[in-house]
Amino acid sequence: MVEWGDGLVGIILVSHSKKMAEGAKEIIEQVIGDKIKIKVAAGTSDNRLGTDVFLIEQKVLEIFDGDGVLIIPDLGSAVMSTEMAIESLEEPIRSMTQLADSPFFEGAIAAAMEASFGKSLEEVKQAAENTRGMKKIA
Amino acid sequence: MAVNSAELIEIINLIAHDIQKNRDFLTELDSAIGDADHGINMSKGFKAVTEKISTMADKDCGSILKTVGMTLVSTVGGASGPLYGTAFMRAGQAVGDKQQLGFEDIPILLDAALEGIKMRGKAVKGEKTIIDALEPAVEVLKSSPMDIKLMNAAVKAAKDGVEYTKGIIAKKGRASYLGERSLGHQDPGATSCYIMLSSTYKAILDRNN
Repeated sequence: MVEWGDGLVGIILVSHSKKMAEGAKEIIEQVIGDKIKIKVAAGTSDNRLGTDVFLIEQKVLEIFDGDGVLIIPDLGSAVMSTEMAIESLEEPIRSMTQLADSPFFEGAIAAAMEASFGKSLEEVKQAAENTRGMKKIA
Repeated sequence: MAVNSAELIEIINLIAHDIQKNRDFLTELDSAIGDADHGINMSKGFKAVTEKISTMADKDCGSILKTVGMTLVSTVGGASGPLYGTAFMRAGQAVGDKQQLGFEDIPILLDAALEGIKMRGKAVKGEKTIIDALEPAVEVLKSSPMDIKLMNAAVKAAKDGVEYTKGIIAKKGRASYLGERSLGHQDPGATSCYIMLSSTYKAILDRNN
């Protein structure tokens, strides 16, 4: 285990749209404050809708501190770009950076909540993925 | 056939040219069943590729193909970036540090590209994707000793693959949300793949004559 961390998993929101990811971040931070590191990797470098492998990689390196990073993608290329970004990382960062297979917003807020309680990367990822199929109306 | 690094760059430039030429057509196909950005994304990507490889004539063929892949990954923005990016990078790995390519290299590099796309997209034939054009072409190329006629047959198989996508339901990407409403439309990714194979064939044919 790497030892320099703050004990909290970081989260990266990967979306085609900067507005969508920043909006999601804003709502999440209203709930949990700035307790954990949440970064946005969204849009292309020339401001089109899309995702950017190198931007995702850069954000992981910015927030990685030994406790792991969970990445929440929106659709399609967000997943593929994230996978490529993870593959290009070096160990131990690579194996401590994981991709959640969850709804974008519900997964992000559940993961952030769990991370803010100091849970492990596996637990944070599980919290995100448990939102799949979650009912909103009882 | 022998293609050295400078000639490989010319072939890639021809692909870039044909992608630019078909930019609006690809976008139109994508607006019917996707997010209307395939032509724009591909043309952005290949414009960057042309600039990037213009100074690489003294490099080996593998490095050139890998650079094409990296450039597509960093400039395209949509799913075709990681998909075609992985394809070109795998093709580059497959040919290694060769200073020139022969007919026998074409099935090897396209097979590596196909495997890369399948791995990256977690897709198989019949899901209305690039694979529906590329896999039949690779199958033809692997079926007998490589020559220009076989290459022509492979391009024809890719074209048939594009036609085939009209009759199937999209299972991957944005088009999958349309379900059976995606029927009747040809897949933009399969189409761009056919364009690239066809450009490559034309370039090699010109060189052979």
